[in-house]
Amino acid sequence: MIEHFSYIVTVFLMIAGLYIVIARGNLIKKLVGLSIFQTSVYLLYLAPGKLLGGTAPILAPAYGVYSNPLPHVLILTAIVVGVATLALGLALAVRIREVYGTIEEDEILALDHRIEEAEEQGEERRA
Amino acid sequence: MTKDLLLRVIGKLLIPFILLFALYVMFHGDYGPGGGFQAGVIFAAGIVFYALIFGMDNARKVMPDWLVEILLAAGVLLYIGVGLAGLLLGGNFLDYFVLDADPIHGQHRGIFWVELGVMITVCGVMLKIFYMFASRGRG
Amino acid sequence: MSLATHLPALQVVLPLLSAPLAVLLRHGGVAFVLVTAGAWAAFATAIGLWLQVGQLEQGAFISYPIGSWAPPWGIEYRVDRLTSLVLLLVSGMAALVLTASRASVEREIPRESHYLFYAMFGLCLAGLLGITITADAFNVFVFLEISSLSSYVLIALGRDRRALAAAYRYLIMGTIGATFIVIGIGFLYLMTGTLNLADMAARIGAIESSRPVLAALAFLTVGISLKLALFPLHQWLPNAYTYAPSVVTAFLAATATKVSVYVLIRFYFSVFGESLVFDKLPLPQIMLWLSLFAMFAASFTAIFQDNLKRLFAYSSVGQMGYITLGLSFDSVNGLAASIVHLFNHGIAKGALFLLIGGLVLGIAKPGSAPPTPSFDRLAGLAKRMPLTCLGIVIAGLSLIGVPGTAGFISKWYLILAALESGQPWLVGAVLLSSLLAIAYLWRFVEVAYLRSPAPGHEAGTEAPHSLLIPAWLLVAGTIWFGLDTSLSLGSALEAAGSLVRSGR
Repeated sequence: MIEHFSYIVTVFLMIAGLYIVIARGNLIKKLVGLSIFQTSVYLLYLAPGKLLGGTAPILAPAYGVYSNPLPHVLILTAIVVGVATLALGLALAVRIREVYGTIEEDEILALDHRIEEAEEQGEERRA
Repeated sequence: MTKDLLLRVIGKLLIPFILLFALYVMFHGDYGPGGGFQAGVIFAAGIVFYALIFGMDNARKVMPDWLVEILLAAGVLLYIGVGLAGLLLGGNFLDYFVLDADPIHGQHRGIFWVELGVMITVCGVMLKIFYMFASRGRG
Repeated sequence: MSLATHLPALQVVLPLLSAPLAVLLRHGGVAFVLVTAGAWAAFATAIGLWLQVGQLEQGAFISYPIGSWAPPWGIEYRVDRLTSLVLLLVSGMAALVLTASRASVEREIPRESHYLFYAMFGLCLAGLLGITITADAFNVFVFLEISSLSSYVLIALGRDRRALAAAYRYLIMGTIGATFIVIGIGFLYLMTGTLNLADMAARIGAIESSRPVLAALAFLTVGISLKLALFPLHQWLPNAYTYAPSVVTAFLAATATKVSVYVLIRFYFSVFGESLVFDKLPLPQIMLWLSLFAMFAASFTAIFQDNLKRLFAYSSVGQMGYITLGLSFDSVNGLAASIVHLFNHGIAKGALFLLIGGLVLGIAKPGSAPPTPSFDRLAGLAKRMPLTCLGIVIAGLSLIGVPGTAGFISKWYLILAALESGQPWLVGAVLLSSLLAIAYLWRFVEVAYLRSPAPGHEAGTEAPHSLLIPAWLLVAGTIWFGLDTSLSLGSALEAAGSLVRSGR
């Protein structure tokens, strides 16, 4: 059990994040969930990359055991992607708040629905 | 602009060191933990700190919007430029080995310029994001 | 330095270079010229690569080590027949759509953000080309995010406020998809210790039934299916296509989902191998049924749409069903049908959405926001915009699969593959779903050609030549690839032959 500790945390974060994205209607909360979901992936890559007693990969006789640096590099990239996604998501949420006046998904859908109905009625009147 | 004297004094004291630390993280990235990404974020954090204390208008005087946009484009161009330099000097794209007569020196040189490009772009992007959010009123 | 050996790198670098330059120069017109030039340069590069690959024997490929780090340690760019065909499609569509874009962008996007719009377009193109050409699993994810993030921005630039909600929704769904993909790649990396796709394929044989590999397959399948809008994971697509600016819809509909199909084919056939995907798991059945649902449900929904853009967006979901149906057969003809349809449908949808952009321009009243192309506004339009409407009808015929158009070739091979697999009832299903396509195209024909314009909507002038000429080149393409199939079908069959295991 204890040796799979990191995987359990990973799976918990993964499911919790995805659940928030699906279950919450607030656009900001959805983004929080999305970030948690992405964070679980960082852990998925990083945890197996750590070698107990391993050092940085330095080519010298004193250092025999070293951790693979590649997962860290990959995850640095993934973190950048995550930041960009979060920033863009928040920017969209701000713009949505400005034009709709709300960041609740069901209210936005209701507003959209009203527009569509108005468009259809306009068409019927013209026809 | 905040009226808090303590914040303003401490801020004025700290900001130069934050910017300097960013440069240290950048230039020492070959030998210790660090690199362009971290350095860019720290540098941007210094400017953001300034903006929080002295207000957006003053920050825009230090770092105007057009400069931020130039930064975020220039870094990418520097990165691609290093790649193309490797190509022009007879190697493949992003080939650092050919950047110097000694391939190991070439690697040093290549990664340095690439990281500098990363730093400039990351700094530009962070500031751009901050400016975009900070300059919007509560509608 | 000889230019010819560096084409794989230049393929991505040239459009990528145009994006920061466009930001640096901060001028809409200059940005348009730069990014369009970048796209044409990418198209020329793709043609160059096409010629180089053509000289190789079947199954051979061009390999390019980035930074001279030999694969599998470094990042490798790899071009084979299939890659080359997709590169041609993506760069060619980008070049034509960008050339046509000026008038439409002028109308639909605020002037002060033109240069950013073109920069985003350049990034999106570079990302899509990068996904296609790279042979490194993590690089696929990075390029995927470059193209996705820029496409969210492009969609959000639409004038309708619903564009924002659509872009947000696409962002959530797209990021979930991309994260699923990166989880899948992570499992594969943990199990094989490599990121190079070919190296992965060589090492996966010994462990192919282990649970992490199966989990990786599941994660990748779901993630990529989200990206390619496989029914029922397509919910983000209709709104995104409907409210995005016209040129963005034209480009994304022609390329983005197609590149996702390419990624799926790469992972299924080049990494996991068919025996794992198609023999040990019930994936063919699942994919078959989902494809059938897409072909019928989405096409049926399309018939009842009042907005022409949304109609063809639903039709895109339906057409993706044909592509995945071809995949599910796991045969040379089935895979070839998928690849050919990917190519043909890309061209037809690009032409359609570009011409719809022309329609919007034509019926727009000066000084007001661009109108939605709803049917009541399009009544009797064929008299005033004959070329635009004729183009839509011809490209639409290709969607139906009328003999003489490109769509016929793909459906013919789909039917062949269905017969080969011993499921003749699928022939009927393909034909029936084509009837649905006739139904939705007929709605446009009836409104545009047979009805008289509604009062207040008599205005409308032909779209500008700068838009009509590239769009008609694409329309001509749907006819050309229906008559001369050596380029599309020839290379699809060759690519399918080397991907599907020998002797089948």
